[in-house]
Amino acid sequence: MSAISGTQAELLVHDSVVEHRRGFRHRWYRTPSFVAGLTILGIVVLAALAAPLITQHGPNDQDLLHTLQGSSSSHWLGTDDLGRDVWSRLVYGARADLHIAFLAVVLPFIIGTLVGLLAGYYGGLTDTFASFFVNIVVAFPFYVLVIALVFALGSGSRNIYIAITIVGWVSYTRIIRGEVLVAKRKDYMLAAKSGGLSDFRILFRHLLPNVITQSVIYACSDIVLDILAIVTLGYLGLGVQPPTPDWGNMIASGQTYLTTHWQLATFPGIAVVFTALGLALLADGLADLLRPE
Amino acid sequence: MTREPLVRVRDLQVEFQLARGVVRAVDGVSFDVEPGEALGLVGESGSGKTVTLRALVGLLPRGAKLVGGTIEVDGVDVTAASDDTQRELRGTTVSMIFQEPMTALNPVMRVGDQIAEEPLVRLGMSRSAAKARALELMALVGIPDPKRRADAYPHELSGGLRQRIMIAIALSGDPKLVLCDEPTTALDVTIQDQILKLLRQLQRELDVSLVFVSHDLAVIAQTCRRLAVMYAGQVVETGPVAEVFREPRHPYTLGLLRAVPDFEIVRDKLASIPGAPPDLASPPPGCRFHPRCPFVQDDCIANAVPLIEVGDHRAARCLHHERVVEDVRREPVIAGG
Amino acid sequence: MTLGQYVGRRLLQMIPVVFGVTVLVFFMIHLVPGDPARTVLGIQATPARVALVRHSWGLDKPLYVQYWKFMGRIAHGNLGDSLFYGVSAGHLVLERLPVTLWLIVLSTILAVAISVPLAAIAAVKADRPTDHVIRAVPLVGLGFPPFFLGIVLLLLFGLHFGRPFPVGGYGNGFFGHLRSMFLPALTVALVLTPILIRSLRASLLEVLESEYVTTARSKGLSEKRVLRKHALRNAVISMVSVLGVNIGFLVGGTLVIEQVFALPGIGQLMINSIFQRDFPVVQAVTLVFAIMVVLVYLFTDIAHALLDPRVRFD
Repeated sequence: MSAISGTQAELLVHDSVVEHRRGFRHRWYRTPSFVAGLTILGIVVLAALAAPLITQHGPNDQDLLHTLQGSSSSHWLGTDDLGRDVWSRLVYGARADLHIAFLAVVLPFIIGTLVGLLAGYYGGLTDTFASFFVNIVVAFPFYVLVIALVFALGSGSRNIYIAITIVGWVSYTRIIRGEVLVAKRKDYMLAAKSGGLSDFRILFRHLLPNVITQSVIYACSDIVLDILAIVTLGYLGLGVQPPTPDWGNMIASGQTYLTTHWQLATFPGIAVVFTALGLALLADGLADLLRPE
Repeated sequence: MTREPLVRVRDLQVEFQLARGVVRAVDGVSFDVEPGEALGLVGESGSGKTVTLRALVGLLPRGAKLVGGTIEVDGVDVTAASDDTQRELRGTTVSMIFQEPMTALNPVMRVGDQIAEEPLVRLGMSRSAAKARALELMALVGIPDPKRRADAYPHELSGGLRQRIMIAIALSGDPKLVLCDEPTTALDVTIQDQILKLLRQLQRELDVSLVFVSHDLAVIAQTCRRLAVMYAGQVVETGPVAEVFREPRHPYTLGLLRAVPDFEIVRDKLASIPGAPPDLASPPPGCRFHPRCPFVQDDCIANAVPLIEVGDHRAARCLHHERVVEDVRREPVIAGG
Repeated sequence: MTLGQYVGRRLLQMIPVVFGVTVLVFFMIHLVPGDPARTVLGIQATPARVALVRHSWGLDKPLYVQYWKFMGRIAHGNLGDSLFYGVSAGHLVLERLPVTLWLIVLSTILAVAISVPLAAIAAVKADRPTDHVIRAVPLVGLGFPPFFLGIVLLLLFGLHFGRPFPVGGYGNGFFGHLRSMFLPALTVALVLTPILIRSLRASLLEVLESEYVTTARSKGLSEKRVLRKHALRNAVISMVSVLGVNIGFLVGGTLVIEQVFALPGIGQLMINSIFQRDFPVVQAVTLVFAIMVVLVYLFTDIAHALLDPRVRFD
């Protein structure tokens, strides 16, 4: 077989990527998990964005004359121990947590995918080097490391981003590296190489578009993980600091009233589960859609 | 001396439930297998030959369902039989050899134990008797130093040895029929030859029937006396191998024969059959081969074509099989024919 | 190679990782913005006192010297002294380690007991209704914050429904421990179950659809024998790998759960030390956690090597 020209190689690869996308556009609304996930997530995100519009009180407005009340027309979900409107805090808590979670996933995604791409493609020393760092991070239980880092860096959202980035890039690297190792043997890769394309071109115009779908799918589950981490940090008092509402610190303060007013601790928790369910369904749906036929 | 056929397949139909619809992988396949004879099933991938084979032993893959026809093995109608009855037949009446011995052997069990399993469990032998039988079988299939090899794990053996182990397992229940699913495709050419010779030898010595599935005509020629050519889920030609090779009666068979590199005939170029096999979710009307057929006529597209008897123990699913004969007379496939 | 050689090789491979772990733990203190000595002593501390503490901690020396001394101390089992309690951090950790170990072991047992049967049923009845129901569990389960699950269980079984379990604490005696540990261990186990069910089901399906299982069936063996003799051992091998990978997560989960149920383990020690700004203890606990996880990975590898004859071959 004679070596094919560079343009031929590009065309071959281009076709395989285009195949993917075309299928997606036609099928997304017919995949139940994707639609369900998108709906649930949509509800939560919309509620968070429209917070001022759908709440009657501010999240930090105290009313010490009406503490620990049940639901009423003025306070749909009642009030907490400082008379603050639970519904409002729930919605504003969504703002804080979702905002941090969505942002926190970006850097690990980029860094992890890049490292995995390079480690898988070049192998050898690059791979050994990358795997070394991966193994170190993986040696720590996830929460232990995040908490320790937040402790070292101090609380506050900026440090949460840093801590999650340091711990979170690893999963992307593992996934992408695995995908690259498989993709390296595929025909379109051999075609690209024999066509004389530069490494840079191969990596970013051909390899990356094909393996990045796995990163995207994982990113959805990663957001769930990040929400859980942020909420857990909040619960432990290391995350979003009171009085700013965050589902985690709401559950923490609500735990004291578990015997009498269990709703204070449970509603924020249910909110977390609901949001996470939406993301999980979305991830499943995406996985189904982006899987090559 | 005519014995009752060991296997009688009539109008077999197998469907697959796929995301894009229902696919009829096997559509009305019929053939017989006589005791002690080797029948070849030839076809491309997707022709339905492997599914047919699997149906014979009742081990269809996940998502496949037998929706029509009957299969009679050794007098038992397996299509109507209970699961237990079907299971009874496996190993002791019908056994199977798979294509890839590395994946078809249990990776965490010693090969000797795998061969001894049927004698132990199905034939009721004692542990020592079963072990002895396993060693006997290993010697029979040509494995040197059986005693040492019996303690090995599959990954410790070469591809050729692993396939011999598979053959030994297939014979361990004293079956009357051995189904071979492309057993040499995954092997080196030299090993291929050895295994084929072994199969032929065993078939004759033990008087077992073989149904040999392959896409490789040369392999079929080496092992079988009769063959059935399959295309798009149907049988398109049957007959003795030598005769079919010398004088095919179906355009597809002709195409296959012309595509085989043959050092006995000098040809200008290697012919290949243009086009591709049809999508079985929606097969073409009339003759399924007509879109690729060089001899196609109007009546080929009009109605489904039945299997037509074209000679003694020969049949072809073609309305214009004489055209094929003419073509072969002009340009013989086999030298001296 | 023999098992001994394999274990030896794995231990050698572990060394650079453990090395890297210690570096990371060491540098955690230096991540703190500002002067750690000052942060610990508070703003009222006089410069002289700060300088004294800095010197006693060796913070005035170059980093690599500090790291070297750090490693030297660790090699002698000295993990530093608690700033808050005044005793050695190692002593504190050892005191509380049994509680955490109890939790880890009990959680693992419960996790396996719950997820393995469910995954097996889901795999054997793949694509049928039972399978879909079981597969729905991870969807909801993965989104449950571990501590929230703990609170829910606490609510249901600690405060209602006859209160069979205590609300917190460690309890006395073996059965006292068991009772106190049950809800927390169940929580950790349930957190792990969704992931385990998913992975186990997938590997079980892979085994059930493998060619060698088909070969076994073609021998006419009973389905029971096929499952027992052929599918099971291969399935267990992949299960061990899956469990091993997830133990890291399990160990980390204990940290939060100890907070929820007020268990006096090393997780709670870490959280308290964080609020008390007790750096050496935080460092010590982090290190111990990491070592535990690395050991678990090692044991998983060894177990895998024992069960799978293919492993020793490479």
